[in-house]
Amino acid sequence: MTALLDPESDVSPSPGLDDDRPRSIDPALPRVDKVFHASALGIGITVLVIMGAIGVFLGWQSIPTFKRYGWGFFTENQWQPEKDVIGISAVLLGTFTIALVAISIAFPLALSSAIYISEYAPPRLKNLLVSLVDLMAAVPSIIWGLWGFFLIQPKAIHLAHWFHTHMGWVPFFHVDTDPEASSWAQSRYAASAFIAGIAVAMMVVPMAAAIMRQVFSQAPIGEREAALGLGATRWGMIRAVVLPFGRGGIIGGSMLALGRALGETIAVVLIISPAFDIKFRPLEVGTESVSALIAGRFGEATSNQLSALLTAGFVLFIITLIINTLAAMIVSRSRSGAQTD
Amino acid sequence: MTTTWDLRGESGEPQPVPPHTTITTTFPTIEPLAAVAVPSAVHGESPSTGPAEPGTVVDLSDPAPSATHISSAPQTTVTRRIQVGAQEPTAFNAGAGDVEPDRPRSRVKELPRDIGTKTVDDRMSFWGSLTSSFALVWVLYYQILPFTGRIGFVVLWWVGFLAIYAGVTAMSNPAVVVKDRLAGAVVSSGALIVFGTLATAIVFTFGRGIEALLNPGFFTHDMSGVRPTSPLDQGGILHAIVGSIIEVGIAIIITLPLGIGAAVYMNEVGGRFSRVVRTIIEAMTALPSVVAGLFIYTVVIVVLGFPRTGIAAALAISVMMLPIIARSADVVIRTMPGGLREASLALGSSKWQTVKQVVLPTVRPGLATALILGIARGVGETSPVLLTSGASTYLTYSPFSDPNVTQQPMNSLPLFVFSAVRSGEPLFIARGFGAAAVLMVLVLILFVITRWLARERIGRR
Repeated sequence: MTALLDPESDVSPSPGLDDDRPRSIDPALPRVDKVFHASALGIGITVLVIMGAIGVFLGWQSIPTFKRYGWGFFTENQWQPEKDVIGISAVLLGTFTIALVAISIAFPLALSSAIYISEYAPPRLKNLLVSLVDLMAAVPSIIWGLWGFFLIQPKAIHLAHWFHTHMGWVPFFHVDTDPEASSWAQSRYAASAFIAGIAVAMMVVPMAAAIMRQVFSQAPIGEREAALGLGATRWGMIRAVVLPFGRGGIIGGSMLALGRALGETIAVVLIISPAFDIKFRPLEVGTESVSALIAGRFGEATSNQLSALLTAGFVLFIITLIINTLAAMIVSRSRSGAQTD
Repeated sequence: MTTTWDLRGESGEPQPVPPHTTITTTFPTIEPLAAVAVPSAVHGESPSTGPAEPGTVVDLSDPAPSATHISSAPQTTVTRRIQVGAQEPTAFNAGAGDVEPDRPRSRVKELPRDIGTKTVDDRMSFWGSLTSSFALVWVLYYQILPFTGRIGFVVLWWVGFLAIYAGVTAMSNPAVVVKDRLAGAVVSSGALIVFGTLATAIVFTFGRGIEALLNPGFFTHDMSGVRPTSPLDQGGILHAIVGSIIEVGIAIIITLPLGIGAAVYMNEVGGRFSRVVRTIIEAMTALPSVVAGLFIYTVVIVVLGFPRTGIAAALAISVMMLPIIARSADVVIRTMPGGLREASLALGSSKWQTVKQVVLPTVRPGLATALILGIARGVGETSPVLLTSGASTYLTYSPFSDPNVTQQPMNSLPLFVFSAVRSGEPLFIARGFGAAAVLMVLVLILFVITRWLARERIGRR
């Protein structure tokens, strides 16, 4: 037994004769591989430089703006470069309002379609539905913008009016006009964060649904069968196994969708009319988002204003980066228990 | 002493002890040992199936019989029973290590049993509730109460349906079943809304665009000299289509080698630095596309002083596409079965040969999928091109600036749609919808190609 535990004593004293040290499995690389390593490293460095340059450039361009406006950049709500008054508080608030509306519409839709695809859909339809979700993610944002502007807006105005009339006491649903007037002002309900949020919601639903479905489908089959075997109904099984298992995916998927919703540009530009008030009334006309601000103002910007726009873009990037990183962490943690096969 | 020798004989050198005999004899008792002992490649590829005893060895080293057994089973509830029985041998085969290439096949076949068997009672209560709630809500909503509007009707119909459905179910079922049915109804209607919305968006785009699409000149003319108010049989979107193709083409030329090269670097070369690259690439997928456009606008147009051209738009699209392609290519290469790579290295090929002959051919369909999804994003994204190129009206094939002309912007499909819709002219808006429909068709085609490639991958393994 001692011999087993102590292999040194077993080896014959003369090295080289029965030397059982492992051979080196990392010999000198052949020349082809040296070239391959060098060029792969070169590509890696190139990509790193390109990508890093954007981040560094944005940060570097933000310095003069921060120096000039200080914290006022975050607290000022007006964007009037001609008066040298620049701040993004209203813009950030608008960005988040649109994103929150989008998420609160997208979340139940994404969750239910993910559950439907992974749990309810007939097996034959499943692949088709999965591809449809992917197709929905590939639909260009301009098309969702057209859809929201031409098809949804006329109907959403009435919906917003109804919300205001019957639930106007909730500050969230308030609009600064008289809802009971015989001919109520339709224009007060148009071009709002609510309508932009609907269009953005449709853009982020497939993203969230795809992640949720993926996590749901990884729920351990043994526990599903155990639940069903104990007599659970399908919904009982979903509640007891699939949803707890997929919680990370639900949260992470929604957060990734939120990150995407914050950066969405063209549909928002098409729908909203710019306004720089500090308000949290998504049903009312006028709002502004960072990306829409950039798309609307870059043309006439002087170099100072351009750096202010870049700063706004940098702030947006940092926010989405934080949200995406958190989401990726949550999703990957939820998946770590999935490797049961 | 003897024990030590035995262990070394199995783990180190396969020659002294014939592997098959050891395994077949010792399989029931020390299965994990056998799994560790025999390297998969040797075991799977060795032609020694012949000399060894036929009965046991076939069961061990050749998964084909069990696999065909599974695949030939009918896909009904019976399948499930067979699979439960077949699961253990499959798991064992996986432990023995030679079913790696067969994995996808067995995974595809592993359909869960259908737990949604419906009785006549179920169907009747569903359809009955649907119709009765429709009738009830119609009477209440349009005839008795002073409500109007289709949205309200549909919402109330849905609520009424849920209530009646719950009531009907509760008459003959326990509360658990009522909950199950209600949850099923809510989940299905959510999915219905999502897919219905997708359908409305596609149908709406084509419906509004058909007017412009029906003019044959729409695809063969540009908009030079055509007013926004001109009738639809004048002018077309050739310049936007050509512009989109050229810009995205340049973007592919830039991003394809960089993206796939970076993915190869991260997976095949590795090292600490590769983790930095991966972190940065993942961070950059968070970059909003409009910020990518603003970056190129500032650097290329404002700082370097180039005019707004197709190449600037292509650069902006590249900056947006590069992290997407690099990241999905990275995922594709990372999920490649390591056994193939190891087999190639074990046969003595260099890393470059492994990458060129094994890794890239194996993951090619996945890489194509990654690329095409990136292209679909790049083609449809408006904001980068909005910032870096102008909505010109004439056809140009050159993405570079012409010294004779001060500005030579290149239009593209999403930009054309955007400017057309913004103009407010009904006829120009119709053109915009036509262009949007063309864009949609383009994305659909790319998408179908992606699906086709993805299916090819499953078929080949």
